[in-house]
Formats: sequence, structure tokens, C-alpha cells
Amino acid sequence: MSTKELRQGMGSGVSRRALLQAGAGLAGGALLPISLSMPVYAADHPAIGTYPDGSSGSSVFIGIAVPRTGTYAVQGEDELKGWQLAVEHINSGHELIKKISPKTTKGVLGKEVKIGVADSAAKPNEAVQAQQRFITENKAVLLTGATSSAVAVATNKLAQREKVLYVAGISGSNDTTGKDCVRYGFRQNFFGQTAAAAIAPVLVKQFGKNKKAAYLTPDYTYGHTVTKAMQDHLAEAGWTTVTNQVSPLGAPDYSSYLLNVVNSGADVLMNVNWGHDAVLSIQQAKQFGVLDKMKLVVPYQVPFVARETGGLMQGVYAATDYWWTIEDKYPLAKMFNDTFSKKYGYKPEWGAENAYISFAHWARMVEETGSFYPPDVIKTYEKGETIPSFVGDVHYRPEDHQCVRPVIIVKGKMEKDMKNKEDYYDIVEIVPGDGLMQKPDAFGCHLGDYT
Amino acid sequence: MINWPNFVSQLFNGLALGALLALISSGLTIIYGTLGVLNLAHGAMFMIGGYAGYVAFEYTHSFTAAVIAGSLFVMVLGVVMERVIIRHFYQRPHEDQLLVTFGLGICFVEIVRLLFGSQSQMVPPPPLFQGITSLGFMFYPTYRLAVVGIVAVALGTLFIVLYRTRLGMIVRAGIEDSVMVDSLGINVYRVFMIVFGIGAMAAGFAGIVNAPVVSLTPGVGDDILVETFVVVVIGGVGSFPGAILGGLIAGEIISVTSMFNPSYAYVMLFAAMTLVLVLRPHGLLGTQGRE
Repeated sequence: MSTKELRQGMGSGVSRRALLQAGAGLAGGALLPISLSMPVYAADHPAIGTYPDGSSGSSVFIGIAVPRTGTYAVQGEDELKGWQLAVEHINSGHELIKKISPKTTKGVLGKEVKIGVADSAAKPNEAVQAQQRFITENKAVLLTGATSSAVAVATNKLAQREKVLYVAGISGSNDTTGKDCVRYGFRQNFFGQTAAAAIAPVLVKQFGKNKKAAYLTPDYTYGHTVTKAMQDHLAEAGWTTVTNQVSPLGAPDYSSYLLNVVNSGADVLMNVNWGHDAVLSIQQAKQFGVLDKMKLVVPYQVPFVARETGGLMQGVYAATDYWWTIEDKYPLAKMFNDTFSKKYGYKPEWGAENAYISFAHWARMVEETGSFYPPDVIKTYEKGETIPSFVGDVHYRPEDHQCVRPVIIVKGKMEKDMKNKEDYYDIVEIVPGDGLMQKPDAFGCHLGDYT
Repeated sequence: MINWPNFVSQLFNGLALGALLALISSGLTIIYGTLGVLNLAHGAMFMIGGYAGYVAFEYTHSFTAAVIAGSLFVMVLGVVMERVIIRHFYQRPHEDQLLVTFGLGICFVEIVRLLFGSQSQMVPPPPLFQGITSLGFMFYPTYRLAVVGIVAVALGTLFIVLYRTRLGMIVRAGIEDSVMVDSLGINVYRVFMIVFGIGAMAAGFAGIVNAPVVSLTPGVGDDILVETFVVVVIGGVGSFPGAILGGLIAGEIISVTSMFNPSYAYVMLFAAMTLVLVLRPHGLLGTQGRE
């Protein structure tokens, strides 16, 4: 409970109306137990979702559902480290978190942040079940985790229904803040539209106009929207799609898809697959000689793909949320890289960056609101205030709750040019976010109600 | 891409894919056919074969050593598993057998994840089989061609063991009537242990042979287990020739369907399995098993 709320509830600030309500509750006895337990909140902040129960003690709880097994396990573990580091920094009042959330001292509004972690395996139903438990049993004030847009969309809906805030983890689908957006959901990271808008001009400049592209697309919302965004943006330069190979998430073999690609006459292979699917399909593309026939592009970069594919990303263009060498330009990125690598022994990839900054932004919004009351926290996000991040200043759009932030275009370094074992990419361009965003209603976003 | 060259390519690829599926499925079907135990840890044993081979490769840089290590390690693991746990479940209901093997599979996967992490590991194919080979009508990874040969030899060896040796005769008799085999003075439980070891070795062998094709992750066996079950159901539960036939059919269905519409490849595979279950509930070459 915040100082402000304490004053409202217990001190001389108790309103006449609240006293009347409390009296009515006493008179009602067992018939109206709820009015006994929290009449004071009803005055300004009626109970909603897990509020006020979730923030009435000395700590608040965040539910995390992240893939720790399955196709996206590697990326999920990286994200989890980002969240854990953010919570550690929030609870200790670390210097880095204060740069993003200046009012943070220790905890959020003085309350220690605790987390619960569940393995979603990137499956929507498992994620939703875990989050429902966190809401019911732990009174979670915030939900997070995705790494699959199918999970993000499902958790969006849960968050809106249960009136608990949700900050998406990695989610690349246009739908997350498009047709499946919700009032209670926010996304920090880049997505299909911004990735395509950022990388398409680079590809046209590099490979020319009127090229033929083959796509490898995972069969769910992320894959379909990223592929469509790339097709739309490249069509302006006369690029055509000669084949689109749609495969299930976690496909154990890509040989039949790659045969279709190799026989398609494409100039460029757009690999939209993600996680281990991306690793396996790139390795098998090499085995089938696809990479000798056409250029590989990864429009939505996959954390750890360079180290897992053993040199196959050399010379490959990709769009990403974050690459650690931008620390030369952004001091906060350097601080983050240093603290992260000191704790975990490697440079953070963009899953960890997105995770950390999502929590840092949430902490800032709650501190600025001065309360955990979700509708008020949402309204603070919706002010669209310019706030710091590891890629410079950013802001959240009130219309769809998407963070407007730069997209970074990278190109895989040749081995001889790598300065150290984690120096996998050159930064080609940092494309400002404002010019990449679609119109707020372009993807059919209707946020829904506050209460 | 519907055209003649692509059709021929997909047909050939289906054969190669099917050969791998047949190899993986053979271990599963031998164990079920003989012991009546549906081993849900089979995918995990396939994965362990890959990792054991990977470790051997890291030390020796020899693919042959990796194949031997992967196969033998999983065979020993299978024997230990049978002696310590599985044999107590022969007389128990199938549900118990499913649960215990399912649990073992989870343990194996998590132990490997603990030891190696979730990032994928690579075992390169032997130098002789690296690169791409022209078949005239298509280019195809040389190692995948070699795998067709390796699988043919392995399945041939298994066939000889099962159909041309005294041990194989006992095993097949055990499939038909284990009580009768026992009453003839043959220690049927010792045979069961050997069979479990052979089935496990087949999984381990498939795991390391498959490693250069798929790259290793702790979940690699989970992905393949579902396909393996489909293969076994199509071919006939407990039938060794059925596993080979089922593998080839599954490989062709996945490959050829993907030429018309890749997103229907797995739908068609399950549709085929459903059709087989409706028309021939025991699979194309299946028997009723020990019951």
C-alpha cells in the first residue's frame, strides 16, 4: 500500500462517505463482508482485477510464463535473465533502473517485487493456465512472458478479462498491438511492420529491385504477419514472392520445404522461422545448397542464431530490437551490457533487453502514477511521455499501446572481422521508430475498456 | 512448386526421410512387440544417443567413434532401465507403463538440459559425406544419401538378428506367447532384457546418425516421438517390417504433400493414420501382439 493510500485509508483523510460505507458494512454484518474489508478503497479506487489485494502487503507479485522447453527455450532463458536482473535492480534501487525510472528507490512504491516463473513451452493454453494461477493464488499485479505471439495474444485477452496489466515479452506479430490489442496490454519490442519497414529499403539498396523471394513461414500469427509485412513493403520495389513455405512450429525437418525453395528460382530466401526452427532451417538450407543459390535474410532476428548456426549468418541481413555493440552510441546500453554480462557471463541479446526495459518502464509508470490501480497506470502509459530506453528515447502510443522505438539493422560479420567471440554483427543502420509505424488503426486495434 | 522435377525430388526426399523414420521407429516397435511396453522414453533415448555421440565426437573428432559411443551408451542405459525399473511393470496395467516411461523421458530430457543447456549442438557429418551430390534430376545432401545406405544396413542387420538367428526366433516366439516360451525352459526375462537393450540401441544409433541432419537440442526426441508413433500405428504396432513400411509411407506423405501445400503435410500424415486405424486397426502389417 502506498503512503498516499495509507493516508486515504487510515488517517484523518478518511472521508465522510467512506465512514458511511464502513458503517453500512458493520450494520450489514455477514451479509456484506466485502464492504467491511475494503470500504476505504471504494471511495477513489474500486477493487478491480487483483487490486487492491495484490498490492496491499509489503510486496507485489509478477507472473512470468516463458518457454523454458521446446523450440523457443534458448530465447526464453535469455528473456528470463533480463526480467530477473530488472527485478534485482528494482528491489535494490540500482543506478541503472533509476536512469529509466528516476522515482524508484527500492522496490516499486516501496514494495518489494517478487516473481513466479512458469514454463509455457511457447504454448498459449499452458501460458494462460499458469498466469491464471498467478492471478488467483498470488494476486499478480503484472503479467509478462510470450516469446510466441500466439502466447502474447492469448495473454492479452486474459489480461483484459482479468483486468491485470500485461507487458509482452518477445512478440513479433502485428496482431499483438493490432487486431488483438487490449487496454491492459503493452509491447516494447519491434514487430513485423516495423521490421519490414526498416529492413526493406536496405534490402532493395543491397540486392536491387524486382527480385524474387522465397519465404519460410511458421504457421501462426507471428509468421503470417511478418511474412505479409515483408511482402507488402518489398512489393513497392517490384519484389515478388515465388513460394511461401508454411511449416508448423517445431517442425523436426525442413527438407521438403527447402526442396520447394531450391526449385523455386528465388534470388533471396526470407527465413521468418524463429528459435530452434530458424537454426535448424538455416543449417538444413546450407545442407541442401540453398544458401549457395540465393541470399539469406532473417527479417526478424533470432537471439543466439549466429552462435548456433556456426558461421551461416555471416553476410546475412537482419532486423533486430537490440544488438550489444550499440553501446558505443547509447550509454544506458553500455551500463546494461556491463551489469548483465558481469552477472551472466555473456552479452545480452534482445530478449533480455526487451525483458529488462519492459519492467523498467512499468516500474516508472507505477511510480509516476503513485498507485498500482491499473486504470491509472494505463493512463500514465497513455500520456505518451518520452522516456529513456537502451536504444534512446521512446514513447508508448495511446491508441494501440505499442512502444515507438528504433529498429536496428544488422549484418553478420565475417569471422576475420570479429573482434571477439560475441562480435557477430555489424550495425548497418539504426532506423528511428516514428517513420516505421503504421497508422494506429491500420491493423484494427480497439483497446477495450479500462474497467 | 508443382512441376515434374520437383515431384521427383520430393519423391526421393520422401524415401530418405522415411528411411530415418523407419530406423527410429524400429526400436520402439521391437520393444512393444516383444515386451508389450509402449516406451514413451524412446524419444528421449533417441536424444541421448545423439548427445552421447556428440560428447564422443568432441573428444575423438571421429564420427565412427560417435556412432559407436551413442549406440552403446543408450544400449547400456536401456539394459539398466529395464533391470531397475521396467521389469517391475511387465505385469502392471498399460497405463502404469506409459506413466513410468513418460516420467523417465522427462527426467532424461531435463538431465541433458542441465548438463548441456538448451542451445543446439552440432555434430558434423564425416568428411567423406559432406557437401552436395548431383543425382542428375536434383542436388541432394551427400550425408542424407549416406543415411539411406546406413539405415538400410542397420535395418538389414536387425532383420537378420530377428529372423535368421536363434535369439530372433525366441524373440518372435515371445511376441506370440511368452508363457509358452517360458515353459520351454527359456529364461524369457533375460531375453526381454536383451530385447530392451537392442531396442534402446536402435534409438541411440538413430539419434547419433540423425544428429548431423537435425542438430541436437534436449527436445529433439520430443519432436520426433510423435512422428514415430504415427509410423508405428500406420505400419502396425509391434511389427518390424511394419515400421519400415510405415516409415516410408510417412516420409512420402510429408514430402509429396508439401509440394502441393506445405501447411497440410502433417495434416495429411495424421489423416493417413486415421484412415489406417479405421480400415485396419492393427496397422498395415500389424498383429494383435502378445495379448
